[in-house]
Amino acid sequence: MTTTTRSDRAPGDAAPSPEVQPTAPAGVLIYTIGLLLAVVLTATSFWVANTSLLWGPGVPLGLAVLAIAQMGVHLVFFLHITTGPDSTNNVLALAFGVLIVALVIAGSLWIMANLNANMTMSPGLMDLHMQR
Amino acid sequence: MNAAATVDELQPDALVPAGEAGPASKRIVVAYGFWIFLLSDIVMFAALFAAYAVLKSGTAGGPAGAQLFNQVTAAIETACLLVSSYTCGLMSLAIRSQRRPATYFFAAITFVLGVAFLALELREFASMIAEGATPQRSAFLSAFFALVGCHGLHVGVGLIWLIVMMAQVAFMGFRASVQRRLLCFSLFWHALDIIWVGLFTVVYLMGIIQ
Amino acid sequence: MKLLGKLDWSAIPFDQPIVMGASGGMVLVIALILAWVTVKGYWPYLWREWLTSVDHKRIGIMYFILAMIMLLRGFADAIMMRAQQAVAAGGAQGFLPPEHFDQIFSAHGTIMIFFVAMPLVIGLMNFVVPLQLGIRDVAFPTLNSVSLWLTASGILLTNISLVVGEFAKTGWVAYAPLSELEFSPGVGVDYYLWALQIAGVGTLMAGINFVATILKMRAPGMSLTRMPVFCWTALATNLLIVAAFPVLTATFAMLLLDRYLGFHFFTLAAQGNQMMYVNLFWIWGHPEVYILILPMFGVFSEVVATFSGKPLFGYRSMVAATMAICVLSFLVWLHHFFTMGAGADVNGFFGVMTMIIAVPTGVKVFNWLFTMYGGRVRFTVPVLWAVGFMVTFVIGGMTGVLMAVPPASFQLHNSLFLIAHFHNVIIGGVVFGAMAGYNYWFPKAFGFTLDARWGKASFWCWLVGFYLAFMPLYVLGLMGMTRRMQHYDNLGWQPWLVVAAIGALVIGAGIFCQVVQLVVSIRRREQYRDATGDPWNGRTLEWSTASPPPSWNFAFVPRVAGKDAFWARKKALPLRQDQPAPAREYKPIEMPKNSATGFVNAFFAVVIGFALIWHIWWMAGLGVLGAFLTILVFAFREEGEFEIPAAQVAQFDRTHPVEVAL
Repeated sequence: MTTTTRSDRAPGDAAPSPEVQPTAPAGVLIYTIGLLLAVVLTATSFWVANTSLLWGPGVPLGLAVLAIAQMGVHLVFFLHITTGPDSTNNVLALAFGVLIVALVIAGSLWIMANLNANMTMSPGLMDLHMQR
Repeated sequence: MNAAATVDELQPDALVPAGEAGPASKRIVVAYGFWIFLLSDIVMFAALFAAYAVLKSGTAGGPAGAQLFNQVTAAIETACLLVSSYTCGLMSLAIRSQRRPATYFFAAITFVLGVAFLALELREFASMIAEGATPQRSAFLSAFFALVGCHGLHVGVGLIWLIVMMAQVAFMGFRASVQRRLLCFSLFWHALDIIWVGLFTVVYLMGIIQ
Repeated sequence: MKLLGKLDWSAIPFDQPIVMGASGGMVLVIALILAWVTVKGYWPYLWREWLTSVDHKRIGIMYFILAMIMLLRGFADAIMMRAQQAVAAGGAQGFLPPEHFDQIFSAHGTIMIFFVAMPLVIGLMNFVVPLQLGIRDVAFPTLNSVSLWLTASGILLTNISLVVGEFAKTGWVAYAPLSELEFSPGVGVDYYLWALQIAGVGTLMAGINFVATILKMRAPGMSLTRMPVFCWTALATNLLIVAAFPVLTATFAMLLLDRYLGFHFFTLAAQGNQMMYVNLFWIWGHPEVYILILPMFGVFSEVVATFSGKPLFGYRSMVAATMAICVLSFLVWLHHFFTMGAGADVNGFFGVMTMIIAVPTGVKVFNWLFTMYGGRVRFTVPVLWAVGFMVTFVIGGMTGVLMAVPPASFQLHNSLFLIAHFHNVIIGGVVFGAMAGYNYWFPKAFGFTLDARWGKASFWCWLVGFYLAFMPLYVLGLMGMTRRMQHYDNLGWQPWLVVAAIGALVIGAGIFCQVVQLVVSIRRREQYRDATGDPWNGRTLEWSTASPPPSWNFAFVPRVAGKDAFWARKKALPLRQDQPAPAREYKPIEMPKNSATGFVNAFFAVVIGFALIWHIWWMAGLGVLGAFLTILVFAFREEGEFEIPAAQVAQFDRTHPVEVAL
């Protein structure tokens, strides 16, 4: 028989059960570290968007990476979603959600870019269309 | 041993996998259900994000993001929401240890910061509308107002929910059902900040770089 | 600002006799039923035991009843369309003017998908899943009630549109720009949008409820790999609901913003993008059809295994196929609009993915066949439906794979070939599955089996009627006939449409047989009484309870040690016959309290919907306030549960002895 924990952890709970509490300073510490990390990442995002030091086309990628990092900080430090066995169900649900979000956004962008490119009207036709 | 005997109680010290331990506690079931709801809400935002990304270039001869967005406002809004997430976390700690004054205190700060966020956002919307950048102006502006407005609407609902929850704490104390609902509220509030990270990155920051 | 917004007496279509006849009939029937209930004094019973019930079994039954009633309305639409198309050839105009015909085909699709198929599926899952999981109710019982009644709100609004105003004329998918204010200025599209938004919220809540229930609340010992296959398909279905319905909500919200506030998501002006509507709609639309079919695959798994007397063949491949379909269903949606103009690479990708998704379904069909092979198959009514499904659904699936090839789709898109295909899979799959599930689980729900002779008659009528009604449509599609035609010039099409109309009448006979079946079974219920709780020699836990089960389902929570838990228990029984039955100490059971929240909330939802449709803003505001207050009342209630005394539980077991007690 495996020795996994008897119960799962509720998403958002810092500890597996109400009886086992993180000590008060430990709890505050986790949130504070999360806040500080988030502040640093956010400030970096604003800097990246405004600086001329970075290669232009790399800026959106950098912003995306920083955004994902910020979301990760929230998930780990504020929502206590960890990779432990008692959090597996929560992580799986999150992964499913992320998959759907990725498919919806990426799929739509690919399809719509393709459609828009093929179905754009020529300027003469567009004038005619707008005159209706 | 029968293949399917009946017991009504589980031996508390048996080490069985979580999937075979019978129904989970109410706290876990409620929070997990709410977690699933949040994921569905994030999918809804994804659809709005996709629409925004596709319609971003549809300015119909009107203003684009670079002309409209104010980074300072966006930064202050981000700070408000981020700190409110932090104070919401501190509120969660107070709830766990059932300290009422601390709960009210951190709830109040969370509330004020949320109101500040909304006030700034409404002011931004009003000034955009005043200069003719209404949602009726172009597809881009429609998508912008819908996406950011939907998030703002969620924040507004969250603030109303917070007031109701504080009323529940006042009248019903820290009973289990109230604690479960407060756990759901904190999940909601943190999720809103996660969505805001995506929002300000994609809409405001990527919107102003050309 | 007028007090009643856009609403005035011209909203009632006094000048359209057919609509007035239908409206009058509907209002009369409803009034008669309400009067009968009042005269007989049933209101307290109805309120206490059904309208405010949070029992998953009662809620499941109510979903099913709603679906069956709406099947009649959707079928009436179908008969009218078949009749119109059978006569409106050459210069003939038929009896339905285009404005009316357009509303009929729009209402037919909307009702059949949202208010027949969805409630059938959710109703079956509601009734069966907690019983099969060995638990007493779903994760959120009051939310379950809310979901049911919000669906009823959507149904009510759709039916009100028959009497007051009009319905959408855009087809059930409501593509922009036709559905925009510029081309649909009336209230029809608004009825469509608000009814579906409200019902959609209910469905999403049900999805969340069942995901939480299946993943977090199973009987002790029931790991996921020991769960019945029906519960696996229910899990996949509800994951799809949670993932897909938010997209529909967002899409309809955008269209509503366009219509109400002048936004430009999908308008022709200001660079709106109509193709985006199509894209977003089908991101929901394709998973939706898998939401409809997956639970029916689960029904057939249960039915085939039970009546073959063998365990289901290939449990693990069934589970893998189900979860594969769950994920793949999000990778094929563009096949609904191959012709919209995407390039070859996009079309090719989605074409290939569409062909791939047929593979797991094929795996399932082979598993069912291998289950039956070598078993002693009892050809009961549910098995007839299962065999009919296997033949019919495979044909429909094959035509789907045919259309997955983009060049073929270019020829067949929006032709009657497409209509034939999706009716083939929906009727052959979803309807046949619902009928199989209905006949299979009816004794569990009501305590007596359904009459088998009338059941077989209804099956044969449905089967023959389906082929008569839809095989001609394949031919017509290949001959070039487009869908949704109110009249046509090509006289060569008419004979086929006449055959199709006859087929619809034969299906009507099948529905008639089902009504008779129900009446006869109720009349002969003592003769068909299910005294053991296990009329079919079942394999899963629901058959271990009395028929109907008590509200708490199981006096003692079952502990499960393997798949087909009830079957294993029955097999172990002979070994125990020399031992005395162990003395069981009954304990009191905590059950959730009934609540009026769902019903009252739904009332306010109807008020909000109706008010928004007719632009009566003050009424909408009041409705929102009412809904908010209803939620507050629920939130501040002191006790959510009550205790059933141990003596009552013991008393029930004494008066309802089951053959094999768990």
